[in-house]
Amino acid sequence: MSSSSFVRQEIAPAEAPPSSNAGAGAWVRKNLFATPQDTILTLLGIAFLLWAVPPVFNFVVGHAVGPGGTVDECRAQDAGACWAYISARISFFIYGFYPIDQFWRPNIVMLGGAALLIPLMAPKLPFKRLNALLFFIVFPVVSYILLAGGAFGLESVPTERWGGLLVTLIISLVGIICSIPLGILLALGRQSKLPIIKTFCVAFIELWRAVPLITVLFMASIMLPLFVPQGVTVDKLLRALVAVTLFEAAYLAEVVRGGLQALPRGQYEAGDSLGLKYWQRMGLIILPQALKHVIPGIVNSFIALFKDTTLVSIVGIFDLLNTIQAGTSDINWSAPNQAITGYVFAAAVYWVFCFSMSRYSIFMERRLNTGHKR
Amino acid sequence: MVAIDNERKGPPRTSFLNDPVVRGISYQVLATVAVVAFFVWIIQNAAVNLAAQNKTSGFDFLWNAAGFDISFALFAWTRTSLYWQAFLAGLTNTLLVAVFGIFFATILGFIIGIARLSSNFIISRLATVYIEIIRNIPLLLQLFFWYFAVLKAMPAVRQSIALPFDTFINQRGLFVPRPLPDEQFLWVYGALALAIVLCAVMTRWARLRLEQTGQRVPVFPTAVAIFVVVVGLGFLLSGASVAFDPPVLNRFNFSGGLELPPELVALVFGLSIYTAAFIAETVRAGIQAVSHGQTEAAQSLGLAEGDRLRLVIIPQAMRVIVPPLTSQYLNLTKNSSLGAAIGFPELVNVFAGTTLNQTGRAIEVIAMTMLVYLTFSLVTSGFMNWYNGRVKLVER
Repeated sequence: MSSSSFVRQEIAPAEAPPSSNAGAGAWVRKNLFATPQDTILTLLGIAFLLWAVPPVFNFVVGHAVGPGGTVDECRAQDAGACWAYISARISFFIYGFYPIDQFWRPNIVMLGGAALLIPLMAPKLPFKRLNALLFFIVFPVVSYILLAGGAFGLESVPTERWGGLLVTLIISLVGIICSIPLGILLALGRQSKLPIIKTFCVAFIELWRAVPLITVLFMASIMLPLFVPQGVTVDKLLRALVAVTLFEAAYLAEVVRGGLQALPRGQYEAGDSLGLKYWQRMGLIILPQALKHVIPGIVNSFIALFKDTTLVSIVGIFDLLNTIQAGTSDINWSAPNQAITGYVFAAAVYWVFCFSMSRYSIFMERRLNTGHKR
Repeated sequence: MVAIDNERKGPPRTSFLNDPVVRGISYQVLATVAVVAFFVWIIQNAAVNLAAQNKTSGFDFLWNAAGFDISFALFAWTRTSLYWQAFLAGLTNTLLVAVFGIFFATILGFIIGIARLSSNFIISRLATVYIEIIRNIPLLLQLFFWYFAVLKAMPAVRQSIALPFDTFINQRGLFVPRPLPDEQFLWVYGALALAIVLCAVMTRWARLRLEQTGQRVPVFPTAVAIFVVVVGLGFLLSGASVAFDPPVLNRFNFSGGLELPPELVALVFGLSIYTAAFIAETVRAGIQAVSHGQTEAAQSLGLAEGDRLRLVIIPQAMRVIVPPLTSQYLNLTKNSSLGAAIGFPELVNVFAGTTLNQTGRAIEVIAMTMLVYLTFSLVTSGFMNWYNGRVKLVER
């Protein structure tokens, strides 16, 4: 008996999705015009873009005066941003009043910092311990000698002459480098079973976290000279560094505490049962795990610190923002858009730093989270 | 047989130096001594330094005449006002900025946070761009931008930009009409209070009725109706009227109206825009924290769309949103101190700035300023603990 029925032996090829569900048209329908309200929102959004983007583009690029331009072009009626002004004053914005013939010193410091920091941040590269040692201990000492001079035949450059982006980077790096150990100690103290130590740490953390950085800076710049023995003068930059470090340490302590609390109790008990002493247990078992977990948190508070360094301009230190602000009164380049160009430039610099750090924080968060999420 | 006595009696005998109790106590004594010694040292140094500078200390300066001008105060300020009044003026200005900033930042932040989650591509991208730009630029720079580059670049008084509702903006600030309620307006305030009480009673009654009978009372329309009727009646019966005193451009300046200085406008504007970006992220995180299963569970219970949001989604999202939201409010209040950099007379500017420079009482002035912010912080964290305790998940 021959079979009259037909049984298909191979799977039929999938048909293309209906044209209404595929391609750019479907994407537009789904994401832009799904409902009447959606359509209205889309049209409003497009109208906003058409209203906002061309003037911004014309200001920044279209009618802007390029780096080679002259001040007269910047003073023209419809001129946009005056990039010529930025390129003419760029060394002031980067180095402040640092002597021009000594620029190689801050250059070496900045390049050296980048050369040490990038391998430290990349998780795959080896020699982390050596790298951290170089970055956190050797680098600050060498940088200080190189920048301040007065030794090894280097010309002495007082800190009043440091400025611009250099000072912004110095304050944020010193702030983070000094406040990490302090923050860890405070966090451990806050978790301590000894009531008096715990009280001191809680009081310190909560006091600094409660007040705005500007009052801490005021306090450091006015009260610190009163608190040291007579005859001892405290450098202006050093006062700001002390303020920033104490302030940041309190915030980092809370970040680290989060990492300590996130560790399962078993880790603490395992350390105890191995017979480790307190510092061995913390140094070998608890902190390596806890700190690894809070790297994103540390980076986030570094971003906040980096933005907060602008406040030192209020107590008279020439950081990047203050040099920009001082630059606006430069009559050689006075033009209608001089101030706004300076602000846009500064905003771009801060944005590039903060945005790349926040991307790094997100990257580390993803990397560290694997295996912990079920 | 020898009885082996292996019963432990008390803690194991260790060397005195290794006894954890002894060690704990000695560490704490050492720490206390170190901290006390540190304070004694700096206080002594301060006393010596102050004596060398011929400066006195104490809080008696608060009752001296300040003798400086404050460009914007909520109460009458003259040069003969006292320093404690300067403190109060700064404090009220800080609170004013905080209240307005929190109001605008919350509205803008919620709108942008929800827009960020929109399924509309353009809207969500615009919200993302806003958040990523604003969050990554220092607040002080933004304030400088708004103050020096935008508001100071406004046209002069003669060429003021006219906005709707008799509002004008120029170099000297924002000029808005001043509302002038007459004396009968007391009745309207009374009616407003009555309406609030009535609404509370009605909401309670509606809930009881729903629980007992399952019948639903339209709460929101009824509340709106109560407000309109009660306040409207109060307004009509008392014959109250509210006049507006609009700003009028005279020869050199505006007369009448309410003048908001550019420092205040820039500060409130900058703080609201900056904080809104952080609030938006908080709102987004809160909404995303409610798992999709909750929506489905609510649907399967047969809840209507409004009830689903009101009873299931929003309460759970708020539990995640409120704690970081209050800390954003606290941040905004602390950041209002940046007004000092653009010359707005808030607490840090008036007190830790001018007053300190004039009196030289650094320790007293800074301590009072810090105490104010410490109080704000303690009140906020007190509220947060209360709220967290109230909404905490009850676990088995």
